[in-house]
Amino acid sequence: MSFISKTLGRPLAAAGLAITLGSGQALAETNLLNSSYDIARELFASYNELFVDHWQETTGETVEIRQSHGGSSRQAQAIIQGLRADVVTYNQVTDVNILHERGGLLPEDWQSRFPNASSPYYSTMAFLVRKDNPKGISNWDDLTREDVDLVMPNPKTSGNARYTYLAALGYAQQTWGEDQDAIDTFMKSLLGRVAVFDTGGRGATNSFVERNIGDALLTFESEIQGIIAAFPDREFEIVVPEVSFLAEFPVAVVEDYAERNGNLELANAYLEHLYSKEAQRLLAGFNYRVYDDEIRAEFSDRFPELQLLGIQEIAGSWENAMETHFASGGKLDQLQRR
Amino acid sequence: MKHQQRIADQPWLRRLLITLAVAAIGVLLVVPLMAIFAQAFSAGAGVFWDNLTDEYTLHAIGLTLLVAGLTVPLNLVFGTFLAWLVTRFDFPGRKLLITLIDIPFAVSPVVAGLLYLLLYGSNGWLGSWLMDQDIQLMFAWPGIVMVTVFITCPFVARELIPLMQQQGASEEEAAITLGANGWQMFRRVTLPNIQWALLYGVVLTNARAVGEFGAVAVVSGNIRGETNTLPLHVELLYQDYNLVGAFTSASLLAGMALITLLLKTLLEWRQHKVTH
Repeated sequence: MSFISKTLGRPLAAAGLAITLGSGQALAETNLLNSSYDIARELFASYNELFVDHWQETTGETVEIRQSHGGSSRQAQAIIQGLRADVVTYNQVTDVNILHERGGLLPEDWQSRFPNASSPYYSTMAFLVRKDNPKGISNWDDLTREDVDLVMPNPKTSGNARYTYLAALGYAQQTWGEDQDAIDTFMKSLLGRVAVFDTGGRGATNSFVERNIGDALLTFESEIQGIIAAFPDREFEIVVPEVSFLAEFPVAVVEDYAERNGNLELANAYLEHLYSKEAQRLLAGFNYRVYDDEIRAEFSDRFPELQLLGIQEIAGSWENAMETHFASGGKLDQLQRR
Repeated sequence: MKHQQRIADQPWLRRLLITLAVAAIGVLLVVPLMAIFAQAFSAGAGVFWDNLTDEYTLHAIGLTLLVAGLTVPLNLVFGTFLAWLVTRFDFPGRKLLITLIDIPFAVSPVVAGLLYLLLYGSNGWLGSWLMDQDIQLMFAWPGIVMVTVFITCPFVARELIPLMQQQGASEEEAAITLGANGWQMFRRVTLPNIQWALLYGVVLTNARAVGEFGAVAVVSGNIRGETNTLPLHVELLYQDYNLVGAFTSASLLAGMALITLLLKTLLEWRQHKVTH
């Protein structure tokens, strides 16, 4: 079942093996391919060690986990085009949905296969501010002030930014209820305060950290904790608003490919183990919020309580949100028109 | 003549222009190149070595060499045949063929990658059949080799065609008249005439094969330690906030580029000497 021997030509494969000595474990008997989002590299490098040991203990079998990382929409596209990943671990529900819609590679009800809507961990949208929070930012309404400049990615190209948009919308809906004009005015002035719309999350981080643009960076709480840890001498601070969005990190077995690869059982076990206590502790260590009560208590100082709104409460469904807000000519386009 | 004199009359102008040119080259070329090496070694030679001998970096180096090692001979043979065909024979569509050779130069590498995905991806025309045969071309190293061959296929032919056109077929015809068979003619007459241009084409092919990013990124699948070439590895490390690691790999690519340039200069000099 070696991956390379499946590919064209034995002599070529031999040459390939001879030269690609770098990774001897490419020859492991059983292996699993995990297609994941771009900033989860270290997370899964650690989790894979955990799982490989776990699998060894329970079955006595040595398994190798291969990782593919990239922007999760591009990753999903590659799977549809034939990248034979056994499991996906993404940061966007819509990117897993597309595997069902366009490729028919997994069942429609994939979210009911694992607990918590197949999201073993989650995060929320928060603000990163500069040392001592000079602009006194504490909640969503501070972000619309004239003296505050914001940095976030472009909701057209980045899921990260769509989450922030929906979080702000959730706050506005709670504050103004049925008053659609007030909600629109708030959203319009918030988007008007954005100094740079980068294409992706890491680009926005670079604008804020390296290029010193803006007073607040709007991104995942997990990313913010990571930035604070990566740049200790900058003394950035995190601000978690009272209300924000429940950003799910969905996982699914790509059943069609996993079956072809003979990995169905292993793939399910790999994702199931993400819910184990040791994995949940590891995930919390990577600044993701988890569902396990005991682990939550352990990390309570890192994750302040807040009200989390899901996609159903804010926009009904992902389908609806994409159509109403982010499609061409949708709400986002209208709000950005001057 | 008059114009030259006028400039010569004003040495300060000449110096100014030279200084400006040198400064521009320095700012645009030399400083960034130095910066790559400076960054790579910014955390000390030990960290540079650790990054270099990292399992995934070694694999990326190996894969890049494999891709270049397969691409260069393939395009060497293909380019020579093609140049031979269009300079020694006259047939309908010859002009069209010469134009077609340039397609890989004309299309953006990303488009080239997408073309291959469209054809060999699992939704593609050949892809679904390949899938049933359990043959994986895209998102595995054969796919990377395929797009690299496509991207680099004009280099050898483009070097040879003008030269072979200029030389004409008379020496080869003489060889045949004197009783040489095809292979003898090629070995004794054609090859010595074109060898330097051929080598030059090989150097260019190799440089592009090693450095190609766009097309490879589309068909790679980004599997770490498996389908990550050196240029992709640089981006991956950069995204990981591992600046030193990224620049270590970048310095390898820069080093290969410098060696290539050196070879190119050497070959140009040789070629010049031979033809004059």
